[in-house]
Amino acid sequence: MRPFWVRLVVVLTVLTGVNYIAWRWLASLNWDAWWIAVPLVIAETYSLIDVMLFGMTVWRLKTRTPPSPAPADATVDVFITTYNEPLDLVMTTALAAQKIRHPHSTWILDDGDRPKLRDLAAAHGLGYVTRSAAWSGMPRHAKAGNLNNALMMTSGEFLLILDADQIPEPDILDNTLGYFNNRRVALVQTPQYFSNVPADDPLGSQAPLFYGPIQQGKDGWNAAFFCGSNAVLRREALMQLGLVGYVKETEKSIRRALSASQAAIRKARKAASSESPLLQQTLDEVEAATQEARRRLDAGESLSEITYRARRRVDQAVQSLVLADVSALQADLEEIAAMSPVEVGDAGVPVVTDDAVQRMAARDWSPLGAIESVQAVLDALSVERTDEAQPVMPLATISVTEDMATAMRLHAMGWQSVYHHEVLAYGLAPEDIGTMLTQRLRWAQGTMQVFLRENPLVQRGLKFGQRLMYFATMWTYLSGFAAVVYFAAPIVYLLFGILPVTSLSTDFFVRFIPFMVVNQLLFAIAGKGIPTWRGQQYSLALFPTWIKACTTAARNVWLGRPLGFAVTPKDRQSGGPRWSLIRPQIAVSVLLVVAAVVGIGRLVAGMSEPVGTLVNVLWVVFDLVVMSILVRAVLYRGYPAGDSDDETDSSTESSKERAIRGPEL
Amino acid sequence: MDLSYEVKDSYAEITAAGRLNMVSAPKLRELVAEVVAAGTSRIVINLQETAFMDSSGLGALIGCLKAARQAGGDLRIAAVQPQVQMVLGLTSMDKVLTSYPSAAEAFGDD
Repeated sequence: MRPFWVRLVVVLTVLTGVNYIAWRWLASLNWDAWWIAVPLVIAETYSLIDVMLFGMTVWRLKTRTPPSPAPADATVDVFITTYNEPLDLVMTTALAAQKIRHPHSTWILDDGDRPKLRDLAAAHGLGYVTRSAAWSGMPRHAKAGNLNNALMMTSGEFLLILDADQIPEPDILDNTLGYFNNRRVALVQTPQYFSNVPADDPLGSQAPLFYGPIQQGKDGWNAAFFCGSNAVLRREALMQLGLVGYVKETEKSIRRALSASQAAIRKARKAASSESPLLQQTLDEVEAATQEARRRLDAGESLSEITYRARRRVDQAVQSLVLADVSALQADLEEIAAMSPVEVGDAGVPVVTDDAVQRMAARDWSPLGAIESVQAVLDALSVERTDEAQPVMPLATISVTEDMATAMRLHAMGWQSVYHHEVLAYGLAPEDIGTMLTQRLRWAQGTMQVFLRENPLVQRGLKFGQRLMYFATMWTYLSGFAAVVYFAAPIVYLLFGILPVTSLSTDFFVRFIPFMVVNQLLFAIAGKGIPTWRGQQYSLALFPTWIKACTTAARNVWLGRPLGFAVTPKDRQSGGPRWSLIRPQIAVSVLLVVAAVVGIGRLVAGMSEPVGTLVNVLWVVFDLVVMSILVRAVLYRGYPAGDSDDETDSSTESSKERAIRGPEL
Repeated sequence: MDLSYEVKDSYAEITAAGRLNMVSAPKLRELVAEVVAAGTSRIVINLQETAFMDSSGLGALIGCLKAARQAGGDLRIAAVQPQVQMVLGLTSMDKVLTSYPSAAEAFGDD
């Protein structure tokens, strides 16, 4: 009966929400203070859309029954991705992976190329993969590159992907492979759960709402997505993705090369003086070759044939030019010899006289240089994808969160995904706020990169619901901007008595309070008792992180700037709490407190009305309670259970920090 | 999958009989690397007896094409069967590779 109640509350949320926000836009704006009134109503509209998308997600909450048994002959490769985590951590995961019941091969994908790990793998009969020679000097694409490399060296029908710290249960494959009996299923994602997190989860590491109602809801729309680890993928689907991407990229780069060649030829023509008819002829030939290539391309001929022919033709033209140049040089040299310019130098070596040097230097060599530049453009006229280590890149490389981008492309190609709601692997979460912030920043940046590069709203092949499910995740990362407004509004009122709404009358409360109440009810019912408060706190309190993610991702995508290697400051080594990490939040909190004091003072002095002051002071208290989690986060000293030894503890921490390293962008 | 090859006048012909899938794809890759290393970079893959091909098989073809091109030659496919033609279309790989009617015709024009 839960779906009924969830849906009922969703309907109520939408009704009360639209009722409130419509009134806000139409009847409540204080235009005298538009600079705070308009941002606030926009922030509130943002939040309404956010909760509506959440409502849409849980509308189709899918509780799956265990699948039929796995096909006994399904071949599986288990990939454990690592870069520089401690060897014992990697080996613990690898040995647990080895014990997975369903027949499989276990591979350690060592991007750190560590001989010791190679030896350990060999000693335990585990597969060991590092990048092939083709990757040297090419973009490495971090984890996506690591996986793409391994895909070319293995042959299992299915792939279980595990981060180095995710220790799998022996039945992880038995419980998930059965879904693949449906030939259209490409992905089965299981939750990420962390074993080193205390019950009160001060860093907000567990994501019970996401690995719960949200993924289950997305699953209902066939939009549950890949989260990088603890997931099984179908090789055929990934390879298909890689091939389609290869064809698309190749065609694009050939078209680009062809249009660039026109400009290069024009430039070469200008540079080449009229005295060199042979060069002009060569350029004519090159131009004809590219025009022919374009004609063939438009006629739909195959790319390999077009590029083969064009390059053959151009190569021949360039060869005859070089030949002509060499014979001209020969003739020149003979002429020089006839002038008897050769003198015997001190060492008895023939040297060319100044006269001869001048004559040779006067020869115009630049036309050949120009042709070389044309040749360089034409070199890009290829089907080898020379700018990448391997032509076929199954996992998306457009974002630092390759997982989401890959899943979206799979969905766009018509594949299906499954969210299997059962913890089948236990991982390690960051144990300090610095690492946690770096990790959240990465996720947010990656998500925004996908949003800006492959906006789900306009991707071909996605269904309406799938578009909105991906969009919903991206939308949540815009919350940083709304949070700033939510902090600013009460401060502005309490300090200056400026209210963004025309009045805080009954009109306001009868619309706002019902919306607020059903909104919280929705989270309570959809979450069915799972703790969601921590998540709500962090989505507001980490506003500087979310804003930074949006701005850096936008600069990266639009201006080609690097994302910025988010290195966590080194001062943690000193052991003290790192308050510097939450400086903006501290500043805002101080402002909130000051505003509350001033506001109460203004009330006492009769400069403001009681209702407005009360509402805004309550608002300040709420904001402060939300942000109070950061104090606990900064003071958090790591997970006490298990390793009590301090040294082990900190080495695990720093390893985790490196484990979530950013790729080299 | 049975792989064999024969060096003709101007090219090497590789015959791939059976299923070119994720299991046999690495073998094809190795064979082509061998042939190229031995000095023949003009290669025809005869698919007359290739009843089935998956995306990994196609991926291997692309890898082989790259190897041949980098050695200054080319890789062409011939005698494509219906299932393979379908896979080529599905992944739009037919935009990249021309399928020639027979191995002899693949390098017929140059």
